[in-house]
Amino acid sequence: MAFDYDKYLRPNKLPHIWCPGCGHGIVMKGLIRAIDTLGLEKNNTAIVSGIGCASRLPGYLDFCTLHTAHGRAAAFATGIKMAKPEMNVILVGGDGDGTAIGGNHFIHACRRNINMTYIIMNNNIYGMTGGQFSPCTPTGAKASTTTYGNPDPAFDIAKLAIGAGATFVARGTAYHANQIDKLIVEAVQHKGFSVVEILDDCPTTYGRRNKFKSVIEMMNRLKEVTVPIKAAEKMSPEQLQGKILTGVLFKEERPEYTAEYAKVIERSKGAK
Amino acid sequence: MAKKVAFMQGNEAAAQGALYAGCTFFGGYPITPSTEVAEVMSIELPKINGKFIQMEDEIGAMASIIGASLTGAKVLTSTSGPGLSLKQELIGYACIAETPCVIINVMRGGPSTGMPTGPSQSDVMCAKWGTHGDHAAICLVPASVQELFEETVRAFNLAEKYRMPVMIMPDEIIAHMRERIVFPEPGELEVINRTAPSVPPEQYKPYDTKFGDVPPLAAFGSGYRFHVTGLNKAEDGFPTTKAALVQAEEERQVRKVDANIDDIVTFEEYMLADAEVVIVAFGSTSRSARFAVNEARKAGIKAGMFRIKTFWPFPDKQIKALAGKVKAFITPEMNLGMCTGEVKRCAEGKVPVVGIFRVDGEPINPGQILDKIKEVK
Repeated sequence: MAFDYDKYLRPNKLPHIWCPGCGHGIVMKGLIRAIDTLGLEKNNTAIVSGIGCASRLPGYLDFCTLHTAHGRAAAFATGIKMAKPEMNVILVGGDGDGTAIGGNHFIHACRRNINMTYIIMNNNIYGMTGGQFSPCTPTGAKASTTTYGNPDPAFDIAKLAIGAGATFVARGTAYHANQIDKLIVEAVQHKGFSVVEILDDCPTTYGRRNKFKSVIEMMNRLKEVTVPIKAAEKMSPEQLQGKILTGVLFKEERPEYTAEYAKVIERSKGAK
Repeated sequence: MAKKVAFMQGNEAAAQGALYAGCTFFGGYPITPSTEVAEVMSIELPKINGKFIQMEDEIGAMASIIGASLTGAKVLTSTSGPGLSLKQELIGYACIAETPCVIINVMRGGPSTGMPTGPSQSDVMCAKWGTHGDHAAICLVPASVQELFEETVRAFNLAEKYRMPVMIMPDEIIAHMRERIVFPEPGELEVINRTAPSVPPEQYKPYDTKFGDVPPLAAFGSGYRFHVTGLNKAEDGFPTTKAALVQAEEERQVRKVDANIDDIVTFEEYMLADAEVVIVAFGSTSRSARFAVNEARKAGIKAGMFRIKTFWPFPDKQIKALAGKVKAFITPEMNLGMCTGEVKRCAEGKVPVVGIFRVDGEPINPGQILDKIKEVK
């Protein structure tokens, strides 16, 4: 039997705003399958986003949904999780939203290791505003504000998350659609701050400027440049040159923030 | 039983007022001269199973309290000038998403870093015009430690009643001075909680005007699923660009304060019955003004004071009425004429409005005001 996505969607809020060929819908379907596998209760699950194309995702899902301001999803979500730790809190958004204007909130959510999952759809561009370069646009690439080629180096979101203290970091792609839900399931089950970066595509504002002839070509690129982390273990440095690793990249156990705050509450009771 | 009395600092009293009002969540960022509010909340909140979080920046602090408020908590943050500038982005979010929250802004010199340890009253315009777009504003300006406690309780009541951010703006003198405070007994001051929905979840709309200009707000995690956005929204909470809906929604958000001004605006009339020269003052400046009025009376001058307790909405009606009766207004303030401009607007050219302005980090002393009274009488 075909998977029933409809029971998690708000049908009267569709069609979505995403362009034909955009990978965000693939990620949304992966998230829905993950939620189904995890059995998360709708009334007890908040889905929080910032601003941008990817951040429109919560509006389509039938949960407690919060579309915040640009870059602020992690900070709003931290308030929800602290006030009601029993709620499941999932953040979604794009690369510009999460790592530029929201970079500070992102790294501090990682540092606190607060039990939430952040799905970052990295399409290497600010799509909604028409294709300006983001902190994740490759050096040399064309954007509407890098007509002569991007002079900026790009963030590696996974490394950034690991360096900042996230305790579960994974990477998938919109091409590897069946892997997305598995990564999200593992991320949500992990106790702590988990980051799932999904390499995505924006044919409208990135592909056209960077000589991709079709969406298929963009999707094929996601397949060609990535290597599963398990396979990479058997590859030479030369073979791994220019490749991006996918799968669960990092996982460790470390005290979780709301659990630590529960201890603060206990200790305060003994204070005069 | 005798009431509990203490010798307490203003910022500490504000924190105690928040706890009295039922605040269970504080998100903050350290900044002089408001930090004591955060310090007290960090100590007291966990004792009552509340939550304190020190966020990574001022914007994050504002975001955290809005998120927590959406779970049903009564929420507070505290800041000062530069922090208020940063918070403006999400104060606007709380306005459009109609999320109750309270912001204590202790006024220090500005703009920018200004004079962090000096008093000022130069943020009052920022309370109304700081965030972009049309929106309602409520801003309270207490003048004593006791009043800072009581006005903090009232700020929570107004935030919950009108579903919006409410600001309390003590100047640095009020926030840092220590004086006697008599704590009200539980139940002595009114405590208002937001209206919960009366309809079942499937019929709930977070901005349902069927219930008036302030629709009930459900809590995340309480069985009600709904959408919250910073975009202009329809009654169901989802974004809309339909002209008629946006116009109606914007007008309603401003109207919920404009139509309830008499419920919100508070003030004190001191020796106004026969007053010919009226000082319009607020915050610590009103304490100097009271002294000056007393001295002027001793000298046979008919002086009085209209003390603003609620700066926004501004007491237009009361100032306009006085303008028809008195000979002159004197407006001492620790800025370069913010309140003066409002009083002039209300005076409509009927009487002179004479300002006394200080922005040097020093309070306006009674002598300065008395001299001006003698000058204009």
